[in-house]
Order: sequence, then structure tokens, then C-alpha cells
Amino acid sequence: MMIGLEPTLTHYLLLSAALLTISIIGMIANRRNMLTILMAIELLLLSSNINFIAFSAFLGDMNGQVMTMFVLATAAAESAIGLALLIVVFRRRGEITVETINILKG
Amino acid sequence: MTFSAFLFYTFSAILIGSAISVVSTRHPIHSALSLVLAFFTTAAIWVTLGAEFLGLALVVIYVGAVMVFFLFVIMMVNVRDFKKPKSNWRVYFVPLLLVGVLMFAELAMLIIYSTGGRGAVPEPETRNTFLLGKAMFDHYIYALEIVAVLLLSAMVAAIALTHRKTSSTKRQVPSEQIAIKRDDRVRLVKMDVVRDEDEPEDNKKQADK
Repeated sequence: MMIGLEPTLTHYLLLSAALLTISIIGMIANRRNMLTILMAIELLLLSSNINFIAFSAFLGDMNGQVMTMFVLATAAAESAIGLALLIVVFRRRGEITVETINILKG
Repeated sequence: MTFSAFLFYTFSAILIGSAISVVSTRHPIHSALSLVLAFFTTAAIWVTLGAEFLGLALVVIYVGAVMVFFLFVIMMVNVRDFKKPKSNWRVYFVPLLLVGVLMFAELAMLIIYSTGGRGAVPEPETRNTFLLGKAMFDHYIYALEIVAVLLLSAMVAAIALTHRKTSSTKRQVPSEQIAIKRDDRVRLVKMDVVRDEDEPEDNKKQADK
């Protein structure tokens, strides 16, 4: 199982995996504000898109790129609703720190 | 090392660096600008993979629209006291680093085991937009419609969540309009007939003028 220097499908998948790891770790570690968590979610969806495009390019199949289109649209809808919720939270509480939002903690 | 390999490693390094910067910088505006860089680099990687249309769409949609949206929200909320609460970075640095390294190692082992550096360099596709449109409108037309409805519902949800009734705008209340009676609007008054005696004199005065 040698990995050459020339970029193959493996390299793109590794890049996507690294991006996924960074975004998940960032989501867990960041308790400061909701904005950064939303941006980390965007990065996560971007890593899945890189997977789709890499498979599409290396298999010579257009279906992966169509899926990327759908993921892009879904990510845009997600960020719109997430930011709207963030604005509602900010209006109610005057801050968007995740640590202090613990009404449901019990 | 060929030129495509050089491009891949350069863009990958920039992408990983900007992703780390997104989740670790202190100020959200720095995060947003790093995210712009990450999207831009990803678009470049997609173009090298032969997906020109999606690369350009990523630049237009994300760098152009979504990130401006993010920056507007950052502008609207108060960013001055973001520094106060302690981040989890310092508290859980070692466990998080461990979890991250393990997670990436498992994914990497899985990927290398299953693909093992196989796969040739992709053929540059010259009719990318044509093929994408054909696939999208031939086989995925219903999915496309569903995505359109999804975007519409997201728009309605975002407006409904953030809309605030203001007292300065005038608007109709249909229930009150329907419930109105005739007596609320019109009052009929009974009175005697009054003859106006001075009327001819007034006319004479106006004629003199």
C-alpha cells in the first residue's frame, strides 16, 4: 500500500478527511460563539463536497457533481436558518455564547 | 513532481491552514475571512479536478453570497465582548488533539486500505457544464424541484424567525375589518329643517365685489 507523490483519489480523500477532522474538533472545542460553530459546519459540508467531486472526476461519472450541487443548496438553506436562529438568540439574550445557553440542561 | 501535483499540494496546504484558522481564531471576522480563503482554495481544487462549473458556482454562491450573509450577521451582533468567555481550547487541548489525531488516523487507514493509491489522473473534461446540466435535468429533475422547495422553505423560515413587528408601519387587520358594524362608522342624526334667511344678501355682497 504505497502512496505515491502524484495526486490520486487517495490523496483527495485524505484531504477531505483532514478537513472533516478539523471541523468536528473545532465544533467540539469552540464554546465561545455560535458563529464559529456554523462556519465549522460549512467546512464539514465542504469536505463532503470534495469527496463527491473527487469520486466524480476519478470515476468519470457526472452524478457526483450533481450531488455536490444539491449539497451546496442544502448547505445554503442550513446556514440561512442557522443564522436566523442565531439572530433570535441574540435578541433574546444579548449574547451568542454557547456555554451560557443551558436551559435544557436540567 | 509534475505541475498538477505541485498545484494539489499547494492548494491542500492552504486549505488545511485556513480551515485550522477558521476554528481557532479568536475573532469571528477572522474566522469568516479564513472561511472565504478555504472556499476559494476548494474552488481551485475543484477546477483542477475538471469541475469548472461547480468551482465557479462555489465562488459565486459562497464567497459572494453566503459569506456576505455571515459578515452581515457578525456586524449585527455585538462582537466586542467575544473575548471574555474562556475557550475550550486550553482546557481540553490534549484530549482534543488526541481525538483529532486518532480520528484522522482511522479515516486515513480506511481510505488507504480501500483505495490504496489507485486511480489514474483524471481526463480533463471539456464539456463539464453541458454534461452537468444534462445529468441534472435528465435524471435528477425531481430532486432539483425538491431542492427548490427546500430553499423556499428555508427562506420562509428565516424571514418568519427574524421578522419583528414594528409599531411605525401601518397595516390592515382583516379580523377587525370584518367585525365592523354599520353603527360604528355612520351616525344618523334627526334634526329640524332650518331656513337660511341671509342667503340672498350674501349673494349681493359677492356680486358687488
